[in-house]
Amino acid sequence: MVIYGVALLAGCMLVGLIIGDVLGQLLGIDANLGGVGIAMLLLIFVTGYLKTHDHLPESTESGINFWNAMYIPIVVAMAASQNVAAAFSGGMVAILAGALAVALGLAMVPLLTGKRVEDAAPLDTRPAPPVQGRAQH
Amino acid sequence: MNDSIMSLLDKYHLIAAFAVIGLTMFVSHWMSKHLTANRLHGSAIAILIGLALAYFGGIYTGGDHGLADVSLFTGLGLMGGGMLRDLAIIATAYGVRFTEIKKAGMRGLVALFAGVLVSFLAGAVVAVGFGYTSAVDITTIAAGAVTYIVGPVTGATLGASSEVVALSIAAGLVKSILTMIATPMVARMIGLDNPRSAMIFGGLIGTTSGVAAGLAATDARLVPYGAMTATFYTGLGILLAPTVLFLGVRLFF
Repeated sequence: MVIYGVALLAGCMLVGLIIGDVLGQLLGIDANLGGVGIAMLLLIFVTGYLKTHDHLPESTESGINFWNAMYIPIVVAMAASQNVAAAFSGGMVAILAGALAVALGLAMVPLLTGKRVEDAAPLDTRPAPPVQGRAQH
Repeated sequence: MNDSIMSLLDKYHLIAAFAVIGLTMFVSHWMSKHLTANRLHGSAIAILIGLALAYFGGIYTGGDHGLADVSLFTGLGLMGGGMLRDLAIIATAYGVRFTEIKKAGMRGLVALFAGVLVSFLAGAVVAVGFGYTSAVDITTIAAGAVTYIVGPVTGATLGASSEVVALSIAAGLVKSILTMIATPMVARMIGLDNPRSAMIFGGLIGTTSGVAAGLAATDARLVPYGAMTATFYTGLGILLAPTVLFLGVRLFF
């Protein structure tokens, strides 16, 4: 059933967020430390396990794939609800500080990636991972 | 008649948001195909349209949530809010192979620390350049350049003034929005086309909304890798900025 997939996704999210919350508290910070990332790892492991044991029928998968496919529309809605006006009325200090941070961050990507190796090959060079309803190019 | 339609759309705000975003996606993919010959990704155009609408919404209402403050479009706030965004980000991990993540894991970790440090330094340099001399002010603005959440949390911890906190939030917002716009433009130049560089990108830039939208506008298949590291960034920033990094700033000021 489709709801099994959605519930699996929701369960991974809740468990991940709880772990992230506990991690934050252990370190004494008022923030969730990587809850979403932990939830992603959980989803990868749990679905991997279910798949190898043949417990992941297509209908269950479609519950996860729906939210996967909704990612870009959700991000567009997120962009439309950003406080863009405040960002650009903060004055030159805010604009320059933000811009410099982005420029340096982007410039360092090739430095840390290093030379091209097998795991840094473009995604297009091998069979595309199963993404349904996305990647229109 | 008009009033009853308005109140209906207001009542069914999330449904209205689905329709509005669907229309935006349609228009932007049409523009991508017919005006740019597919050179500019449809998703990138959609995000730019979203940001432009958010700007006008913010000017028009004076609120904090862009277009979502306009009563017709309140559903956008729910649809694009943290809860559904994180659910969708997690869903993108479905189908990702763990080996890819493991192979780039160490570099991702290095990128995380480097990213927080470099953003903080960038913010600090700019703050000093504009004549700020108090260690608290410099640290708060610099923390804002990490993310717009790290800034106010750091400011609150250190007891910064509300003007400086507002400035640090603005710096973080600029970073997030510029990331959304600049990432698809420079992606080819910085080699952002594979899982490894996406993880490093997520760690270096870190601001979740910027990374999420920047990668969506570049290549949606890269999203899970970038999001995986970026999700640790704000926590790390909150851990480092008011403590180690503040002490570092105090050495000089």
